Amino acid sequence: MKKNTQEKLITNTIRVAGSSSIVFILLIFFFLMREGLPALGEVSFKDLLSTRWYPIEGLFGILPLLSGSLIVTVFSILIALPLGVGTAIYLGEIAPRRVNEILKPTIEILAGIPSVVLGFIGILVLSPFMRQTFNLPTGLTAFTGAFLLALISIPTIVSIAEDALYAVPDTYRDAAYALGASKWQVIWGVVLPAARTGILMAVMLGVGRSLGETMAVMMVTGNAPTMFTGLNSFISPIRTMTATIASEMGEVASGSTHYHVLFFIGIILFVFSLIINVSSSTSLKKRSAKSRAQVVS
Amino acid sequence: MKRSAPGVALIVILLLSACGSPNPQDNAQPSNSSAQAYIENKGSDTLVNVALAWAERYQKDHPEVQISVTGGGSGTGFAALINGTIDIANASRGIKPEEIDQAKKNGFEPVEFIVANDAIAVIVNPKNPISELTLEQVSRIYKGELTNWKELGGEDRPIVRLSRETNSGTHVYFLETVIRLESKEDKSIFSADTLLLPSSEGIIAEVSDNPNAIGYDGLGYVTPQVKMVALAASPNGPFILPSARTVTNKEYPISRHLFMYTRGEPLGAEKDYLDWILSPEAQAIVTELGFVPVASGQ
Repeated sequence: MKKNTQEKLITNTIRVAGSSSIVFILLIFFFLMREGLPALGEVSFKDLLSTRWYPIEGLFGILPLLSGSLIVTVFSILIALPLGVGTAIYLGEIAPRRVNEILKPTIEILAGIPSVVLGFIGILVLSPFMRQTFNLPTGLTAFTGAFLLALISIPTIVSIAEDALYAVPDTYRDAAYALGASKWQVIWGVVLPAARTGILMAVMLGVGRSLGETMAVMMVTGNAPTMFTGLNSFISPIRTMTATIASEMGEVASGSTHYHVLFFIGIILFVFSLIINVSSSTSLKKRSAKSRAQVVS
Repeated sequence: MKRSAPGVALIVILLLSACGSPNPQDNAQPSNSSAQAYIENKGSDTLVNVALAWAERYQKDHPEVQISVTGGGSGTGFAALINGTIDIANASRGIKPEEIDQAKKNGFEPVEFIVANDAIAVIVNPKNPISELTLEQVSRIYKGELTNWKELGGEDRPIVRLSRETNSGTHVYFLETVIRLESKEDKSIFSADTLLLPSSEGIIAEVSDNPNAIGYDGLGYVTPQVKMVALAASPNGPFILPSARTVTNKEYPISRHLFMYTRGEPLGAEKDYLDWILSPEAQAIVTELGFVPVASGQ
């Protein structure tokens, strides 16, 4: 009898713990909506979609912030994708075990470096280097931020992409080798296509990581709310949504229009990460069901 | 449903005990007790070093008083004062009417103390040959009308404008006094490509490294790695470099007061502390840190 109650107690505790994350997400969502949606009533759509962000004069155009976040995120993934997937391929398919034992913990250390430390290195080393090497007006640019974000998202991409490669059954590789394929042909023609959903997921999570990162981008991108004007924006200062929230939230009087607009930006970020997560997990489900069907047939 | 009751009860107990853990700051609020006083002081990043130095010296002589000092910007300080999380707000700008309204809504009237004076230095890289500018030229630079140093007689280099974030009192002061040249009708603002850096140190770091950059900062933050520009209010000069002397005799065109604000008339330890801050001993610290003391009797 006593053992039975104990059992129930533990089961229920675990059940509550398991469902708590859903509760938290819902609470966060409702809180964001409550604080952010009033912005739509206080600022007209036209003003919200204008190109100037200067909140202390009531200019709440969020387009430059959206554009800034997208520029750094896209470029950070362009840098992180080949490096991350390349590392995963090397770790999973090519590297001898001894190299593997050194490389994997090293990448985990990279994941553990606080972003503020990376930002500091960015200000002191990367930004002067960028300015001198490419003869830019200033080194505090979108590219500097994208480079740091790539460093931050690479560990995520590597570990998930490596899992995806590991999940490809050895029978695939054996079959390809038996047909006389070279190592490169096996990796490029068989393993990578078989693991593509996992790699897509790795990239999506890397995107999410880049989009949400705050400290490092705030320190090195210059925070100038400029609009996207072509490739030039890549080497110009930009301002991201996260940096805006971080640097302005402490100042605003709660309940003011500025406060609501900052939460509205929070909603946009929330929706973006929701889209990223949902689309990566649904594509994963669809593809894996399909590939299982292929294996059976 | 009944089955899950013990588990839920356990969680509720855990949550309750977490909520009930004492918060030391809340318990140490009252500032009028003479035995142990705790003063929470927050706001302007311009004033933070002076406030820290004051707090350290004062606590040495008055071990019964504990003072905690944090920065974050003048706006941050006012927000915290209004929300009741601090006792004294530091500010590099005067309180705005809407902030006074919010304070009244929360049941108190903010009281202002002028605790120091500060000049805003306009700074460039030491390699930049420009050493004199009129306020109008600085205004046109920051409005984005002048974009190359050669338009001002300097080298052929793009101008990179640096500013503090919008929550900084220095930012607001610079906007009103320099960019708009104190004209109330003028609604011009910083050019959109102005870099907004989160800290005074960030501005000094970028200006000392980048020959294209122009920035502004409180006199107390200016280091030998950057060059101060002599400023003139009118096109014909005189061009004046900021210093304690030129600020006190009002020759330098952009100087301002630095403030502390309390929740209503200060009492007890808080009053003693503010009285001490206006004493010659505390004002000597102001001079040491590169700011300008308030004249006695002000």
